[in-house]
Amino acid sequence: MVAGNADIIRLNGAEKHFGAVRALGGVDFHVGPGECVGLVGHNGAGKSTLMHMVAGTLVPDSGQIGVHGGIEDNYSVSRAQQLGIRCVFQELSLCPNLSVAENTRINHASLRGFGWRRKAADLIAAKLDEIFPGHSISASDIVGDLSIGRRQMVEVARAFTVTQDRLDLVILDEPTSSLDAHTAGQLLAFVRRFVAGGKSCILISHVLGEVLRNADRIVVMRDGKVVVADAAGAFDRDRLVTAMGGAEARQKIAAQVAAAKPGASPLRVRARPAVQKDGTDLVARAGEIIGLAGLAGHGQTDLLLAIFAAASRAKAGIEVTAPVALVAGDRQSDGIFPQWSIAQNIGIRSLARLRNGLLISPQREAELAAIWQKKIGIRTPDMNNNIFSLSGGNQQKALFARALGSDAQIVLMDDPMRGVDIGTKLEVYDLVQEEARRGRTFLWYTTETEELDNCDHIYVFKNGRIVANLGRDELTEEKIIQSSFGDAA
Amino acid sequence: MRREMTAASLEATTKSSAERGALARARLLRGLLPALSLALVLLAIAWLNPRAISYFGFSLMLNLAIPIALATIAQMFVIAGNELDLSIGTFVGFVGCVTATWLKDAPLIGVLILLGSIGVYALLGALIHLRNLPSIVVTLGMSFVWQGLAILVLPKPGGKAPDWLLAFMAFKPPLVPFPIIAALLIGLIVHFGLMRTSYGVILRGSGGNPAALGRAGWSLLKTKIVLFALAGLFGVLSGMALIGITTSADANIGNGYTLLAIAGVILGGGEFVGGRVSPIGAVIGALTLALAASPLLTFMHIPPDWQVAANGAILIIVLAARVLISRRER
Repeated sequence: MVAGNADIIRLNGAEKHFGAVRALGGVDFHVGPGECVGLVGHNGAGKSTLMHMVAGTLVPDSGQIGVHGGIEDNYSVSRAQQLGIRCVFQELSLCPNLSVAENTRINHASLRGFGWRRKAADLIAAKLDEIFPGHSISASDIVGDLSIGRRQMVEVARAFTVTQDRLDLVILDEPTSSLDAHTAGQLLAFVRRFVAGGKSCILISHVLGEVLRNADRIVVMRDGKVVVADAAGAFDRDRLVTAMGGAEARQKIAAQVAAAKPGASPLRVRARPAVQKDGTDLVARAGEIIGLAGLAGHGQTDLLLAIFAAASRAKAGIEVTAPVALVAGDRQSDGIFPQWSIAQNIGIRSLARLRNGLLISPQREAELAAIWQKKIGIRTPDMNNNIFSLSGGNQQKALFARALGSDAQIVLMDDPMRGVDIGTKLEVYDLVQEEARRGRTFLWYTTETEELDNCDHIYVFKNGRIVANLGRDELTEEKIIQSSFGDAA
Repeated sequence: MRREMTAASLEATTKSSAERGALARARLLRGLLPALSLALVLLAIAWLNPRAISYFGFSLMLNLAIPIALATIAQMFVIAGNELDLSIGTFVGFVGCVTATWLKDAPLIGVLILLGSIGVYALLGALIHLRNLPSIVVTLGMSFVWQGLAILVLPKPGGKAPDWLLAFMAFKPPLVPFPIIAALLIGLIVHFGLMRTSYGVILRGSGGNPAALGRAGWSLLKTKIVLFALAGLFGVLSGMALIGITTSADANIGNGYTLLAIAGVILGGGEFVGGRVSPIGAVIGALTLALAASPLLTFMHIPPDWQVAANGAILIIVLAARVLISRRER
């Protein structure tokens, strides 16, 4: 492959500042035809900013963008579309009030005139069939009715549909964050077929294994700069983590967990899923971290919500002995108050303590926010900024601060680390361990098996029931997969 | 292993499709709610006064339904873009005054004024988008502007509707009363335009997820201008229809329409945010309100003093039923 003008896109010296924060400091980046470029880095390392430039949604303060060998001076979203560059953004960009077919129409100006509905429906259905065989999504489904995983499938499939404009490069920003292992596998297999057909992809993922297995070349970013770029074969997990600056903290965690474990501490939660037929209970004691595993959407969230409800109103089959806080998984719809500042978003769970007479004391709210900004490392110049001024991972940190800053002794986590970078994850894991040692109880639903390393005890769910109950020492990925798929395994 | 995986995912598939079936049923129920509430009001009327259910009875009872339906559609376009128009009532009154004066005496100037007022609506849309102003504030201010203009045009009640308009509104088709035919036509035309055309999708999408629409390269300025211009257009139609029925105008004639129009959209299954609106539902909502507003209450022998409060009670009951059904969707 000839370098230079054969590139689909090339950025030279791209820089971007948001107020006082430097998001990108002179980045050179290119993608050639027929390659899958993996892009990894911490939260706030500048990946999203860089991708917004490639997709044309952000204009660099300085630097040059070239596409297919020509310099683009007025690069924009519509120009990018014409030139065959698409992006699947991390924050879902479907209209929930429209059907799957209508959402497809939004990305294709040429789907119009007589019979456009049929054409749009056929287009998206064919692409879904191709990428996710057996997907069971109908083009007439209203997007708001679909689960978050299915919405992500639609979004991905939509990016690969072609009408008039060419398609050369698709940016996939955390495309598997809401998919279960099966559909994620289907997508990554499709990406390989797509790349083998001479097209290109940029794959951003915090699941490093995914990047290592599927990318041809990996670019590592840190603090707004590219620190390493090399063939994927030249990397292994450890080198990637080191390059990202994410310290080799994983083993440390495992070691810590294995160490000091309390004996019989007081019971905090005893809960039985509504459809559980045998007498299996989920039991959590003070200071324990309990993992809820299994395929996505098999009753883990329902049980967490039932426990949350039982904390305020007694419910049959569930016993809760301390205040509860919930860290939502779908932070956009269930977690964040979009009009509020970061400090207000953190304080909402602790209003009773922030009160001064009848009113909320802004001073106490600011103090609480400041403590947690420091403790959990929320990167912002001012906690009074709107919560949307934060990157996705930092928003999630604010939600953790909301739960941990409250009086809750039981923290329920509904797969909260979706699409969060490894650096943030490691910081939060540490914090969870520390809080557990102080006697807090965590119930942690996660779709990432690696996160279960942090847990003392794991319950595997299938069809709304607990099907396995594993101690820390019995935990292996095979065991979880075995219990998740079929009883006969 | 692979076979088990397929089996498991199949199982998950059937489970989730059952879930979505339940969702679809709840959605259908909610879609039928406007029609159900209309049927309920009709049944009550038929029970209280069987003679009202006739060609003549409907012509009389639904007399004012057409302008209400048109004003509701106007409000629906604004709500589709996540905004709210508090000026539609006084705007209808202003249009009424122009219709009863200029449009009759100097048709060309009258037409120009009405076209210009649609243009003002379009500009309001642009202003709200460009300056990121709350539409409630802008349209609340505009409601006083329209009211003032209406008084300038027609200081005392009076004026007269143009003859062609009177003739049109007095049209008596065979078998089915005119208001019902008009309501059907309005509902179907707007349904086609907003729900079935490819640009209608963009208009609704601008209420559903504006950021996504912007990323896909659509102009949000344009969608907002189009939505407000459509609101202006239907406001003009509403004012003209109203004067065609009442034959003369009054600067305060449309004041009640602002809240009626909002209630009609919500009654018809629309939501204040998220681009979820239904033109047919909105028309049905407007018909229900028109019937519940006075014929039903008169037949129930509720004294006029209490009718407004009774009207409010009916609204609360229907909207509460809607909330209950929406909750089942969760």
